[in-house]
Amino acid sequence: MQLTVNGTAYQVDVELDMPLLWVLRDELGITGPKYGCGIAQCGACTVHVEGMPVRSCQLPIGDLEGEVTTIEGLGTPDALHAVQQAWIDHQVAQCGYCQSGQIMAAAAFLDLNPDPSDQDIDRALSANLCRCGTYPRIRAAVKTAAASLKGA
Amino acid sequence: MGRLKTIARRTFLIGSAAIVGGVAFGTVMYKRPAKNPLLQDLGPGAAAITPYVLITQEGITLITPRADKGQGAYSVQAALIAEELDVELDQITVDPGTPSPAYYNTALANDMAPFRSTDDSIIAEFTRAVLDAPVKFLGIQITGGSTTVPDSYEKLRMAGAVARETLKAAAAKVSNQPVDQLTTARGAVHLPDGRMLTYIELAATAATLNPVTDITLRDPQDWRLIGKPMQRIDIAAKSTGTQAYGIDIRMPDMLHAAVTLNPRRGSVNSYDATTAETMRGVRKVVPVTGGIGVIADNTWRAMQAAKAISVDWGAAPYPADMDAHWKSLTDSFTDDQLDSQYRNDGDIAGALGNAEPVSAEYRAPYLAHAPLEPINATVLVTDARVDIWTGTQIPRFIQANISKITGIDADNIHVHVLMMGGSFGHRLEDMVVRQATELAMTVKGTPVKLTYSREQDFAQDFTRQIAMAQLRGTLRNGQVDTFDLGIAMPSVIGSQMGRQGFPAAGPDTQIVAGAWDQPFAIPNYRITGYRAPELAPISSWRSVGASTNGFFHDCALDELIHAAGADPLAERIRLCNHAASRTVLETVGEMSNWGSKLDENQGRGVAFCLSFGVPCAEVIEVTATPAGVRIDKVFAVADVGRIIDPVNFEAQVSGGIVFGLGHAMNCEITYADGAAQQSNYHQFEGLRLYQCPEIKVRGLENGRTIRGVGEPGVPPAAPALANAIFAATGQRIREMPFNKYIKFV
Ligand code: FES
Ligand code: FES
Repeated sequence: MQLTVNGTAYQVDVELDMPLLWVLRDELGITGPKYGCGIAQCGACTVHVEGMPVRSCQLPIGDLEGEVTTIEGLGTPDALHAVQQAWIDHQVAQCGYCQSGQIMAAAAFLDLNPDPSDQDIDRALSANLCRCGTYPRIRAAVKTAAASLKGA
Repeated sequence: MGRLKTIARRTFLIGSAAIVGGVAFGTVMYKRPAKNPLLQDLGPGAAAITPYVLITQEGITLITPRADKGQGAYSVQAALIAEELDVELDQITVDPGTPSPAYYNTALANDMAPFRSTDDSIIAEFTRAVLDAPVKFLGIQITGGSTTVPDSYEKLRMAGAVARETLKAAAAKVSNQPVDQLTTARGAVHLPDGRMLTYIELAATAATLNPVTDITLRDPQDWRLIGKPMQRIDIAAKSTGTQAYGIDIRMPDMLHAAVTLNPRRGSVNSYDATTAETMRGVRKVVPVTGGIGVIADNTWRAMQAAKAISVDWGAAPYPADMDAHWKSLTDSFTDDQLDSQYRNDGDIAGALGNAEPVSAEYRAPYLAHAPLEPINATVLVTDARVDIWTGTQIPRFIQANISKITGIDADNIHVHVLMMGGSFGHRLEDMVVRQATELAMTVKGTPVKLTYSREQDFAQDFTRQIAMAQLRGTLRNGQVDTFDLGIAMPSVIGSQMGRQGFPAAGPDTQIVAGAWDQPFAIPNYRITGYRAPELAPISSWRSVGASTNGFFHDCALDELIHAAGADPLAERIRLCNHAASRTVLETVGEMSNWGSKLDENQGRGVAFCLSFGVPCAEVIEVTATPAGVRIDKVFAVADVGRIIDPVNFEAQVSGGIVFGLGHAMNCEITYADGAAQQSNYHQFEGLRLYQCPEIKVRGLENGRTIRGVGEPGVPPAAPALANAIFAATGQRIREMPFNKYIKFV
């Protein structure tokens, strides 16, 4: 079957029930999306499908409709997305393992809600677990990103 | 501080050596220098070299042997070298190096000695020195116990300084300029006429010189990097999905594996893999230590197949249910089980005989480490050598253990340490590497990556210890007069070292760590450690003994202070007999505006714990809302002697607080029928964003010795919260997790 990830079209031969996460990681070698729980509890595997945040561990490849964007497609070290820039400015990451998912969730959220309240941020991002406890900096970085996206 | 002579007396040796088109510098320690790990794998033209700084025609590499689990260890180690070497962090690459006895960890031994870290007496220093020796002989390269910074602080700066001075000597030779006319900056020696020679250009010449060892380390006020906010070297990679962790490694022809392991950690009676063997992508089903492994062409396929194996598992080698675990602890407060009584001040029997004591009992459950990156290892076995790629804190143990399994000489076991997606002590174990090796041995020449499913990771975790404490105390004239705390738990060190085949002799200081060593002067003050029998296997969990004992000790003190009618902060300060700790308490009072008025349904609690040599105090404010308790604010102060990077300091302390709070509120691992009942994050939530309070952190530098800060933020968090809940609601919670007794919002 065919899928488009970060603007590139790929052909894969896999079972229809293989989750998108494992197609990305093991078949295509796109390792930015992480495996953390496999049951929609941590958000480390978050990618965008047509701009919407999706838990790729929960999406069977057979049900995929639309283009996939992973953290690698959001921005690169040389051309950062505003959310990634804010994450760097606030030095959010500790181990960093959750951060692909946090950033993808935050980017999609700010797309829908460019001017979020503290409560909106808490509500939207509480589904993403960070075992290192980087939450205070995540909050600060989301606000910085919101401001810079509005200015842009 | 720091003429080399002083250092040399402490058995540091300095060396440099030629390598292909370059030079390497470092510090090899101990009277009989350990074999130099960088000697291997060097091409022609290579000679004896030492670890830490490597300059070749390709660039400058700093060797940072302490593993990075997310705590920024690579950046901190690189900054220490770069400070003296005069390179900037954007000019270098870091490499964790090869496991070697030369990288042994001295600071770890310091915390194994039964002397308070605040104790400077000759006998304390002597015992630390003696304990140091076995660590050196074992060549333990361990990252743990917040030891990275103390262990590296002088060693790495010295390595940088020796390299810089030797490069200057090389520049003097090449340019015919006197050394004292030369300066260094940004990876180059600058000549008086304005020309410069880069370190890379000078490397070959430097390699022919004797290293310059008459060094004075720079005065802290001249530091460019240390103490200033730094940008972590991995921050861009970790914000763009380009940081590779162990789980991300890919190699041509690599196969993927998964396991199904006995959740009761007993034997495998029988299994049926007929279905699994026919599933798409499956190459092999192989018995491994603790269960069955599947090798396939994709991780998901391997996990699906592992789930399809039906197994008859043997019974647990420990009690099947929690009641028996707790009973084992309650039965352990006896003379037979006495492990230590390092503190016994005043006359406990007399004091308790004269008054009706205040008494209380506290409990702390098993807890999983559950770092977000599940345990994994990639192994390639050939007839001649084994290569292992994994995130680990114990590369040397792995070398020895894999040598035993494969029969290949330890020198030919190559451990490549990769970035870790968290650890909290999880990666102090190497079962996954053993299993991955067992799998890889069946497909020699092909690398196999074994990834635990999250469920296996939970089921097979060697958890935090279960623990219990009993308090008896008395008061006199509105002050705490007697504090008698007994603590019972199985030995973490015994369980952990036992799996590595080392008998742990003598008392286990972790049974009372965070309690016996607290800087308080109470007229009658006794801390007794009881060693419970071995139960479920346990391991070091961020802050180890202090993670339970900090809660017991401080909550017990808080109860007595309240019973005495004293102010919780003022009484702690009055009892404190260690200047740096007292300042920490005073500072947290000032920061939190202690004593200022709160709303009626609010409460404020303070807690203190000195762990890993770091006094840390936290004040927490909560509100009792109709829907449950909300944590509003946390104020924290810690004294680490010297702060290397204030940005990372803040991250570590505040991360420690979140870790301490999340588990105290919401988490436990319980056993039923010998198996852990929690299988994934829905049953072990930790803390999520919505429950995370505002956290304010301040660092102090009054302590005598530099200390690490990865763990000390954890122990005071739970008691500060329990004490705040008491202040707000009048309810004393004496058992973690608190959500058994109260709702949180
Ligand atoms: S791996 Fe998908 S939500 Fe955790
Ligand atoms: S930074 Fe480690 S899990 Fe979030």
